Amino acid sequence: MQTTTTIVIGAGHAGLAMSKCLTDCSIEHIVLERGKVAHTWRTERWDSLTLLTPNWQSRLPGYGYQGDDPDGYRSLPETIAFIERYASLIAAPVQTHTNVNSVKKSEHGYLVSTDKGDWQCRSVVLASGACNLPNIPKFADDLPSTVRTLTPATYRNPEQLKKGGVLVVGAAATGIQLAQEIHLSGRPVTLSIGEHTRAPRVYRGRDIQWWLDAVGLHDERYNKVDDIVRARGVPSFQLIGTPDRETIDLNSLRKMGVKHIGPFVGINNGIGQFAGSLHNKCDLADLKMNRLLKAIDAWIAENHLEDDVEPSHRFPPTEVDSSPPLSIDFQTGEINTVLWATGFRPDYSWLHVPVFNHKGQIRHDGGIVDSPGLYLMGMQFLRRRKSALLDGAGDDARELSEHMLSYLAD
Amino acid sequence: MTELENTIDNGVNVDALIGARAALTDAPDAAQFQWRATCEWKGGTHSLSTVHGFSGLGDEHQHKTTFCFDADHPEVFASEDHGATPVEFVLVGLVSCLTGGIATIAQYRKIQLRSVIATVEGNMNLQGILGIDSKVRNGFNGIKVTYKIDADASEDDIRALVAQSQKRSAVYDMLTSPTNVTVIVE
Repeated sequence: MQTTTTIVIGAGHAGLAMSKCLTDCSIEHIVLERGKVAHTWRTERWDSLTLLTPNWQSRLPGYGYQGDDPDGYRSLPETIAFIERYASLIAAPVQTHTNVNSVKKSEHGYLVSTDKGDWQCRSVVLASGACNLPNIPKFADDLPSTVRTLTPATYRNPEQLKKGGVLVVGAAATGIQLAQEIHLSGRPVTLSIGEHTRAPRVYRGRDIQWWLDAVGLHDERYNKVDDIVRARGVPSFQLIGTPDRETIDLNSLRKMGVKHIGPFVGINNGIGQFAGSLHNKCDLADLKMNRLLKAIDAWIAENHLEDDVEPSHRFPPTEVDSSPPLSIDFQTGEINTVLWATGFRPDYSWLHVPVFNHKGQIRHDGGIVDSPGLYLMGMQFLRRRKSALLDGAGDDARELSEHMLSYLAD
Repeated sequence: MTELENTIDNGVNVDALIGARAALTDAPDAAQFQWRATCEWKGGTHSLSTVHGFSGLGDEHQHKTTFCFDADHPEVFASEDHGATPVEFVLVGLVSCLTGGIATIAQYRKIQLRSVIATVEGNMNLQGILGIDSKVRNGFNGIKVTYKIDADASEDDIRALVAQSQKRSAVYDMLTSPTNVTVIVE
C-alpha cells in the first residue's frame, strides 16, 4: 500500500492542468494513466482529426501555444505532442500504464486500487475523460448482420470501410466531418440529423471561437445559465479546422451530394425508421445560430468595433427537402456501414462511491463531487462553457485545486 | 423588466409548470401518465368517443366534465357525416398541441401573444385505405401546418416559439416518430 495526498486519474490535458495547479498549491499527488500521456488521443481518434479551436486557444496553466501559426488548428499528432510537452514541462508526476480498477471510500479518504498496486489518499480527481463509451441506441442490435457498425473511437479513415453506401448518424462536429471525408472517398453518405448546433467557422473576419472568447460566452458560468442539465448536453458546434478555415454545414454537405435524413429512431424487420422532424431540427439550429451572431453583433456595437471588422451578415438557411425519406431498407445492401457519431459518455464502472444520480451521472456542483475530497475535471460545461476545451481546463483546475487546498486544511 | 413581466399574460401558469418540472425531475415515477378514451360504435361508420379519466402524479384524475366526440365520415364516402373523420381528429390533436405549446413557451419567454391562428392540412391518397395500391400508405403522406401569429416579438423570436413548441410537442413526436400500437380483443 502506497500513500499520497491526492490521486489524479487520467493524464490528458485536464488531469495535467490539475497536476500543475496541485504542484503550485504544494499538494503532494500522483497522476495515474492507463496508457501513455494523452492516451485517448493516441488510441481513440481518427487520422484526419484537427482541433475545433485555433492554436492560440490552448492556454493551459503555465503553458500555451508558442508557434508561428496561432490561427491554425492542431492535427492529431500535433495535439498529442502539445500535451506531451506540457506533461514534461510541468514535470507532472505521471505513473503511466497503470489501470485503475476501483476507487472506494476509506477511513481517511479513498482507496485507489490499480493493476500496479493499491494507493491510499485523501482526495481524488476524476479526469478520466468525458468520452469513454459511445452512446449507441439499443435498437442498433436490430441492424442486419450484413451491416458493419463503427464509432468515432474505432473509425480511422475511409479505407477501413467497404465500398458502398454509409449511414453517418449524428450531425455534430464529428458526424459532419466524417460524413464529408467518407463521401469524398467515393462512398455515398446519408447523414441522419438530430438536434445540432450550426456555426460558421469565420464571422465578420474572425474565427467563431475568437468571438466566443471575446464576447465572454466561453466564460459563462455553470450556475448562471438557465438550464445547466440541457447546456451540458448541447451537441458540439458543426465546425472543422482546415488551413483555409472552411465552413462545413448541412448546406455544404448537400452540395457535394450527401443525403439528409431525420433522426434515426428505430429498426423494424431490417428497415431503419427515421423521424419526420428534420425541418424543425434545421429551423432550431438556424435560429440558434442567428441568435449567436446577433449577440456577437451587439457586442461589436457596444464596444464600437464596427470599423475594425467586416460588416454584419447572415448565412443562407439550411436547405431541407420538402419530404425527406422516413426509412432505409438495410437489407438491399445499398448501405453496408453505419457510423454512430451520436456522442459518448464517461465510464465510471470502477468508481464505487455512492455519488450517482438515477441516470448514472455523478452528482457534483461545478466539479465538487457529492463526496468530500472527490473532484471532477474535463467535462462539458463543468464550471464554464469552455470547461471541456484545452483552453477551459486551467480556470477549472485553479478553482478546484483551491477548494481542495481548504478541504485538506480542515 | 419587472413591470414588463407583470403585464405579459397569455393565460398560462408557467410558475406551476416550472414547479412541476422540478418536482418530476426528482420523482420519475410520478411523471408516468396514462391518457385514455373509450369509443362506442353507434351505427354505420359513426362512433362516439368519450374522454374522462387519466392517471398521473401517482394518482387517478378526472376531467371536470366528460368530453364527447362524434366521429364519422362525410357523405362523399356514403356515410352520414355525424362528426369529423378520425384523421381530422389527428390534425386537431397536432395543431391544438402545438398551439398550447406556443402559448406556454411565449409566457415563459415573456412574449405577449395577441392572436395565434393555425391551419393544418393532411394530404392522403385514398388508394391506400381502399387497397387499390399496396405501395400507397394508409395514412397521411405529409402534414403541413401554417401559423399566423401576432405578438410583441421579432419575426425570429416568433419562429423560435413555433420551433420550440414542435420540439416539446407530444403529438408532433407521435406523428413524426413511430409508436408501438397493440390492439387486443377481450
